[in-house]
Amino acid sequence: MAKKAAKSNGSSTAPATAATPSEVAALAVCARHGNKPDELLEIFHELQHQLGYVPEATLPVISKALNRSRAEVYGVLTFYHEFRRHPAGKHVVKICRAEACQSMGTDALCDHAERSLRTKLGGTTSDGAVTIEQVFCLGNCALSPAIMVGEKLYGKVDPKRFDEIIGSLEKEAAE
Amino acid sequence: MIKVFVPRDAAALSVGADEVAAAIAKEAKSRNLDIQIVRNGSRGMLYLEPLVEVEMPGGRVAYGPVAPSDVTSLFDAKFYEGKAHALSHGPTEEIPYFKNQERLTFARCGITDPLSIEDYRAHGGYVGLSKALHMKPIDIVTEVTNSGLRGRGGAGFPTGIKWKTVHDLPGAEKYVVCNADEGDSGTFADRMLMEGDPFCLIEGMTIAAVAGGATRGYIYVRSEYPHAVHVLREAIEIARKANWLGDNIQGTKYAFDLFVRMGAGAYICGEETSMLESIEGKRGIVRYKPPIPAIEGLFGKPSIINNVMSFAAVPIIMTEGGEFYKNYGVGRSRGTLAFQIAGNIKQGGLVEKAFGVTTRQLIEDWGGGTATGRPVRAVQVGGPLGAYIPESKFDVPMDYEEFAKVDAMVGHGGLVVFDDTVDMAKQARFAMEFCAIESCGKCTPCRIGSTRGVEVIDRIIDDVDRSKNLALLQDLCVTMADGSLCAMGGLTPFPVMSALRGFPEDFHKPSPNKFLADAAE
Repeated sequence: MAKKAAKSNGSSTAPATAATPSEVAALAVCARHGNKPDELLEIFHELQHQLGYVPEATLPVISKALNRSRAEVYGVLTFYHEFRRHPAGKHVVKICRAEACQSMGTDALCDHAERSLRTKLGGTTSDGAVTIEQVFCLGNCALSPAIMVGEKLYGKVDPKRFDEIIGSLEKEAAE
Repeated sequence: MIKVFVPRDAAALSVGADEVAAAIAKEAKSRNLDIQIVRNGSRGMLYLEPLVEVEMPGGRVAYGPVAPSDVTSLFDAKFYEGKAHALSHGPTEEIPYFKNQERLTFARCGITDPLSIEDYRAHGGYVGLSKALHMKPIDIVTEVTNSGLRGRGGAGFPTGIKWKTVHDLPGAEKYVVCNADEGDSGTFADRMLMEGDPFCLIEGMTIAAVAGGATRGYIYVRSEYPHAVHVLREAIEIARKANWLGDNIQGTKYAFDLFVRMGAGAYICGEETSMLESIEGKRGIVRYKPPIPAIEGLFGKPSIINNVMSFAAVPIIMTEGGEFYKNYGVGRSRGTLAFQIAGNIKQGGLVEKAFGVTTRQLIEDWGGGTATGRPVRAVQVGGPLGAYIPESKFDVPMDYEEFAKVDAMVGHGGLVVFDDTVDMAKQARFAMEFCAIESCGKCTPCRIGSTRGVEVIDRIIDDVDRSKNLALLQDLCVTMADGSLCAMGGLTPFPVMSALRGFPEDFHKPSPNKFLADAAE
């Protein structure tokens, strides 16, 4: 891996070539964005949407396609909380921990989530079904506490409603 | 045909608006009723969401909050004829919460179909831009300056001055950038407007482009707002097709195109220079100022950078004139602000009101007190970097200068209400913790100070050398406030110090970790 990475970081101007499926996907995404370096965030978003995370192994080809150093590309990936470098569970559940939700008991909700799913915030359940993450503000502050599952937002989530939501995910998965 | 409105606003969706709309469609079909469901924006009375409205000859009638299980009984009561039901609130615009507002920016939100440009135009949309397209750019700038509009993102810098700076600079490559990285807890006005009236933002930005001589614009939206991103992208496409964006807008010489960029969960990217870095595809590291971004902004070019609320106020200013807008408000705070009442509140929502309204009015008259029914103890105004204000300051009018006098800030008008169970030492600790998590790391006071701040507050809570650590905390706050590069580290001391000042008793409670305190002795 290290050898390969060092090679692809060379000063050669030859176009980036892909070997693995994730590299192929990464190059296709870059091409769709015109290989423009300013669209790096959009590229990461799209890649994460496709693969569930941004494999570090794709960084050499991305850096080559965008003509930016690997350090820069890696730096961008690691700066933003939203980007994942490792696969997450099937469902990602974001729990808002910001002030408005605190005033309505998000701390208790987080405790409940950690206990009932037997994993810490940032972790994934042992069956790989659910990842829980902390997030700061989902813009639903008048209907706190708020959580988001994928792109679906939920308001007024007390522990009981939380269990119902998680239950519906599990049911969905079973079907 | 009967027209029924069910919001598509994310807050409404979060409490089941889609399910309600589906239930209404199903029930209408089974009863053979010709009902058209319009997915509008939210009226801002979020405590009533999902708020279902029926169009009647005398105006819309409201029902809420509607659960899918209420739909059958609503049909039985003939809600589609505006008839009474336990969930009925009568005419929407007569509900005091709504009636007592001054809706300028949010005039259309909740009324129109957000993605209907015809609807938008039928409700006064694009009148401002149509005027601006035939004005001299400098006259547009003057109109905005005369309105007294100040940056709604929180800092309150006069919008007209920013625009003038960009207008006066030579060069063909200029940008208009909208900061829609609404990361502050307690705020959702930007989101509501982007989802409920996206053309208003697009029109405001286009007017800015004409005034400043820019041809390209970006809206930087946070990734936590997927609904807003989808609506904006769709609205931009519609505006392009209708020639309100693109080349030769409405047959004039002006060209302007607009793009949406999505953030990636970094709070700091709400800071304008960090946002610019992020749009350029880089780490969101804060830039040194000067040069100010109006002169060297996006891609190093002159840029008009404003918040969603600032741009969205521009169409009405151009339509009605600067004087009209200026007639609202008090002192040097002119116009209206979209206050957002959030947190532990019975009737949370958006209240657009002229400056001068008080915290007490907002949380009592509109908010109806806390959701838990307990007394209000503290209200954080202006986001995570805003001060916690105690009850004694609830009557200070919402005015940038008046709030500054009591060491608080109006900011973007977000209010987070806490009841008497709140532990203010814990809230102060959170302010530091949040800063530690979200700091971009460029300057030392913010990067290191925030982590040290958490540790110092922990020692205060644990009663370890409490008086010494209290002094140390104040010292640290001064260092962060004076030494940080941007508002992140610079304003984090605000909530911390306000908690110390307004609620000192919470920093003098017995330690929850008794053995630590004992060990220190």
